[in-house]
Amino acid sequence: MKIHEYQAKEILRQYGVATPRGKMTQDPAEAGKLCEEFGGKCVVKAQIHAGGRGKGGGVKLAGSPTEAEKLAGEILGMQLVTKQTGPLGQKVRRLLVEEAVDISKELYLSVLLDRGSGAPLVMASAAGGMDIEEVAEKTPEAIVRQSIDPHLGIQPFQARRVARRLGLSGATAKQAAKLVTALVKAYLAIDASLIEINPLLITGGGDVMALDAKMSFDDNALFRHPDFQELRDRDEEDPLEVEASKHDLNYIKLDGEIGCMVNGAGLAMATMDIIQLYGSAPANFLDVGGSASQEAVKSAFQILISDPSVKAVLINIFGGIARTDRIARGVVAAIEELGDVRVPVVVRLEGTNVEEGRRVLQEADFDFVVAQNMADAAEKAVEGAASSDPGGGA
Amino acid sequence: MAIWVNQDTRLLVQGITGTEGKFHALGCREYGTQVVAGVTPGKGGQSVEGIPVFDSVEEAREQAGANASVIFVPPPFAADAIMEAAGAGIELVVCITEGVPVRDMLAVKDFLRDHPTCLIGPNCPGVISPGLAKIGIMPGHIHLEGKVGVISRSGTLTYEAVWQLTNLKLGQSTCVGIGGDPLNGTSFIDALRAFKDDPETEGVVLIGEIGGSAEEEAGAWVAENFDRPVVGFIAGQTAPPGRRMGHAGAIVSGGKGTAAEKMAALRDAGITVVESPAEIGRAMQKALAR
Repeated sequence: MKIHEYQAKEILRQYGVATPRGKMTQDPAEAGKLCEEFGGKCVVKAQIHAGGRGKGGGVKLAGSPTEAEKLAGEILGMQLVTKQTGPLGQKVRRLLVEEAVDISKELYLSVLLDRGSGAPLVMASAAGGMDIEEVAEKTPEAIVRQSIDPHLGIQPFQARRVARRLGLSGATAKQAAKLVTALVKAYLAIDASLIEINPLLITGGGDVMALDAKMSFDDNALFRHPDFQELRDRDEEDPLEVEASKHDLNYIKLDGEIGCMVNGAGLAMATMDIIQLYGSAPANFLDVGGSASQEAVKSAFQILISDPSVKAVLINIFGGIARTDRIARGVVAAIEELGDVRVPVVVRLEGTNVEEGRRVLQEADFDFVVAQNMADAAEKAVEGAASSDPGGGA
Repeated sequence: MAIWVNQDTRLLVQGITGTEGKFHALGCREYGTQVVAGVTPGKGGQSVEGIPVFDSVEEAREQAGANASVIFVPPPFAADAIMEAAGAGIELVVCITEGVPVRDMLAVKDFLRDHPTCLIGPNCPGVISPGLAKIGIMPGHIHLEGKVGVISRSGTLTYEAVWQLTNLKLGQSTCVGIGGDPLNGTSFIDALRAFKDDPETEGVVLIGEIGGSAEEEAGAWVAENFDRPVVGFIAGQTAPPGRRMGHAGAIVSGGKGTAAEKMAALRDAGITVVESPAEIGRAMQKALAR
C-alpha cells in the first residue's frame, strides 16, 4: 500500500525524522493562511501517489500568502500528468503547504529490502533529486550501501559511516546520522517495504531534513497496523481495482483489449504474455485465487467486462484446489445476470472436475468459445477481439 | 529417484484441524504419503480421520516419528510454526501459507541459520515426487513418474508446465514450488543442487517470474555447475513496472527484476528460454532428444 507524502512525513516525524513544517489542505484560502503562518513564503505541493510531480507542474513556490492561495486554486483539481501517471494524469485533490527552506545541497536516502541478502538496506547518494536508477547506472560507485541487521537495527557507527560517505562533516554529519537512524527505526517498526527521501536536504545553515518522502507498506503486515487503513486514499486507485479489492480479487488495470480471468498469479502473468505473443494486449491482470468461489468468479467476471476497452474475454483456469466446474458455474451465473454480453468469451479449462466444468459451459444459454490449450485460447481470443464490436449492433 | 520427498517421508501437518489443513492432509495421504501426525496447539489428543493430533511439533516428532512438516496455519502464526518445526529438528518444512510478513521472514531466515532444516516456501504449492509422495496442495493426478525436475515460483503455472510434460509422456522426478514471496527458504539454486545429486533427473524446467534476481543467480550457477538440459520460462513479460502482480515478490522496481533481463541472463547461461508458456513441454522434449 502506498501513501501520500504528507502522511509519510507525519509518520516520520513521530520517529524523529526532521522535515519542514507543513500541513495538508484541500482549501486555497487555508493554503494562504498556512503560508502566512510559515512566514509569508511557502511551497505548494500536489499530493498524488505518482512521482515526478515537480516536473509535471504540481510543485510551486509561493512568495506571498496571496500567491499561495492563487497557486493552490490552480493546482487543486488539475489533471497532473507525470512520467508515472500515464497520459491521462491524476486529479489533484489534496495539497501539502510547507514552509520554504533554503537549499544548499540535495542528497538521496532510502531504506528497502535487499532480497538477495535477506536484510534491510540503506542506500544513499550525494546526487539528490535525481533518479537513483540513473545514478546506479552511470556512477554505481557514488551509491553508499549499508546493510542492516533487522534484529539489532542500525548501529551508531553504521549511521556515521553513511553520513561520512556522503561527504558530510561536523554538526551536519551528526544530524544526518541521527536522521538515518530514525529512518531505519521507522522502517522496521511500521513494516515498510520502502521509504525513500529524495531529496534529503542540507539547508544553508547546515541542517538536515527530509524535503520529500515516499513510503509504501508490506501489505502482508497490515494486520499489525490497523490504523494504517485510514491512510489509504481510494481516489488514487483505479475504480475497478477498488471494486475488485472489495471481493478479495487481485485485479490490475492495463491498457490492452483482452480481459483476462485466471487462477493463480504466475499463470495469470503467463496468460498476459501469451496474448501479447499472439499480437494483442491484455486489458488487465486478474487472479481469482487458488480456491476461487463461485461468488468471487461472478464478481470477477462482472468487473472485467465492465471495462469498456475489453473486446474479448479469455478465461484460463487450471483447477488444482479450484474446481473447474465451480468456476464454470460462476461465469455462467455472471453472464446470465448481466444478460447482454456482446464480446466473445474464450474459455480454457483444465484440471479438477474438468468434464463437469465443460458440460456446464455447453449447457449454458451462451456461446462460449472453447479452447483446447493455452495457445489455442490466446489465438481464439485475439481473433475474437479483432472481429468483435462491443459498442454497436444487437 | 527423486529429491527431498519419497516413500520414507513421514509427514506431519501443522494446522491439521483447520479446513484447509484437514482437506490437504487427507489429499496427501490419498496420494500415498505417510501422514503420521497433526499439530494444533491446545488440541493434542484428538484425531483427524485417524491421524493423531499433538500439541507440539516436538511431541509429533518423538511419538509419531515425523521427519517432514507441511504448514497451513494463518499468516500471523506461520513464522512461529516454521521455527517450531526447525527447532524440533524436522528436516524438511513446507510452508503453504500465503501472506507472511517480510519482517517475520527476516526472523525465520535468521533462525534457520543455526538449524539444518530445509524450508520450502512460504506461499508455495509444495513438493511432489510423482508415484512416491506429495507434500502440498497440487493436484496429484496431473503428474507422471519420470525424470524431469521442475522448479517454480508459481502454483498453477507449475501445474500447466507439468501437464504439458505429462501429455508428452515426460514424467517428473520431483516438482518443487519455491514460492512467490520476496523472501523464501529454498532457492532455485538449492533445488538445482539437489537435482544435480540425483543421477536419474535428466533435465530441469525452471519457471521464474519478475522481481528480485533469483533467476539471474540460478542462471549463473547453471552455467558453472549443471550440464543437463534446462528449459526456462519467465512470467510477467507484459507486467507494468511498480505493480505487484499477485505474488508479493512479483514486482519490477527501480527498473530491476524485469522479465527481459532474466530471460537474457538465462540464455547467457546456455538455458533454453521459451517465450510462450505453451512451449515449455515441447522445449524440454527437444532438449532431451539432443
